[in-house]
Amino acid sequence: MRQVDTVIIGGGPAGLSAAVRLWEKGIRDILILEREHQLGGILRQCIHDGFGLTRFGETLSGPEYAQRFISQVEALGIPYVTDTTVIDITEDKKVTAASRDGMLEIQAKTVILTMGCRERTRGAISIPGERPAGVYTAGVAQSYINLQNKMVGREVVILGSGDIGMIMARRLTLEGAHVQAVFEVQPYASGLPRNILQCLDDYGIPLYLSHTVTEIRGKDRLESVVVSQVDDRLQPIKGTEKEYFCDTLILSVGLIPENELSLAAGVVLDERTKGAAVDEHHQTSVPGIFAAGNVLQVHDLVDFVSMEAEELADSVAAFLKEGQLNGCGLEVKTDGNVTHTIPQRISGTKDFKLSMRVKRPVKDCRIQLIQGGRVVGEKKMKRAIPAEMIQIPVKAAKLNEKDDLEVKVIC
Amino acid sequence: MLKYFTCIMCPRGCEITAEVEDGKMLSAQGNFCPKGQEYVFQELTSPMRNIASSVLVEGGELPLASVRLNGLIPKNRIFDVMEEIRRVKIKAPVTMGQKVICDVLGLGCDVIATKNVKAAE
Repeated sequence: MRQVDTVIIGGGPAGLSAAVRLWEKGIRDILILEREHQLGGILRQCIHDGFGLTRFGETLSGPEYAQRFISQVEALGIPYVTDTTVIDITEDKKVTAASRDGMLEIQAKTVILTMGCRERTRGAISIPGERPAGVYTAGVAQSYINLQNKMVGREVVILGSGDIGMIMARRLTLEGAHVQAVFEVQPYASGLPRNILQCLDDYGIPLYLSHTVTEIRGKDRLESVVVSQVDDRLQPIKGTEKEYFCDTLILSVGLIPENELSLAAGVVLDERTKGAAVDEHHQTSVPGIFAAGNVLQVHDLVDFVSMEAEELADSVAAFLKEGQLNGCGLEVKTDGNVTHTIPQRISGTKDFKLSMRVKRPVKDCRIQLIQGGRVVGEKKMKRAIPAEMIQIPVKAAKLNEKDDLEVKVIC
Repeated sequence: MLKYFTCIMCPRGCEITAEVEDGKMLSAQGNFCPKGQEYVFQELTSPMRNIASSVLVEGGELPLASVRLNGLIPKNRIFDVMEEIRRVKIKAPVTMGQKVICDVLGLGCDVIATKNVKAAE
């Protein structure tokens, strides 16, 4: 069986960033496994600009951002195989993959999980009605239009105000479709404010909050959707139904980290993120298996995906050199205003960056990190919204090694 | 008169409140960096945007190459530029950064490819 130091599962932005950083750290026995024909992951179809401002100080399209890392991987000669789907990972880090050359079996010392996420579908939100053609998730529509040159429809309604949904509203409009409206079940948008402006407002596309699709109609092709207002428990309000005639419904209703392989390896997931529970080294519950990027927590910016994967690579390099990492016995606890945190466990002996989201929009608040009654980290925010991941750096010098860490939003 | 803006210069998306008179900005607050002021000024005088799309590729391993502008164009010319982009067909191989349309409609920026597309085998 082939033996390697590190197998990286997925050649998207997280996997590529991790690979390059590992190489720079002197870890050369790497193998990237990618199921698509090309490296780059979802960025290949994200042709809009706005990527890379934090990372490169300029704004790039998705394919350009990906290409910068692909070029580095190629230039360094980091081994990768494409058209290769990993079908199993075991707890002792044996990786099985189906490739063009048949079955690959690899024994790795460390495994890096960078499989990304997938979209929630109509089934996940249980929209009643018929099952005609013309209902797409935003990413599928994006793939049809941007990769395969296939237009998905002409009269469009969008459900969900996720960033991809709004970006597709603009894309469809530029390609000549008529986007009637975007409906969002929550009382606030789930995508970034600038996308509301440059993807919806710029094109006169209305965004209706506290509204959802309550019925899908159409025999072969979608003919119309029924939209209802919802109450504060997100339940449709009778009598508010309105029918919109359309041939296309785009769903942008959330992303879920893709963790079937992680589960196969015995990795414990966090109910809140749907990704692995990790410590400050990005190590999962299985020693030697690490996770970063959208498979760990859904990000809004790829720049932060790269950064997270590079931090992970530093830990993997240390693990390979030292055989193990500091134990992380302290839990990161949250109050009712916080959706989740990454990491979920810390040691209290190492600098780390806490990533988190708020559950609902809050104004003029302080996010406090408290350990043993002392504030060890704080961020003041004029506005905190669920659409934006918040990151707070924490210094080891401020931490102790015995108390759990609490994360609180104080208004 | 107070006017409200969402800055699109970076993902932070600052909410900017500007005091505006006769289309001129007197003051602005809420922006995290100076780019916010520039943005409000531009929105009041002539709003500018970048756009991304794709062009047809002949003989490539992919049917399309993604493109964007290497500068900003007036917001009200977006659909004119889209019309130009739609007319273009290029031959594989395509190299990222390659100019697909030079000085599109005389607006002072080019349409450039944002993806490598190899020739079909």
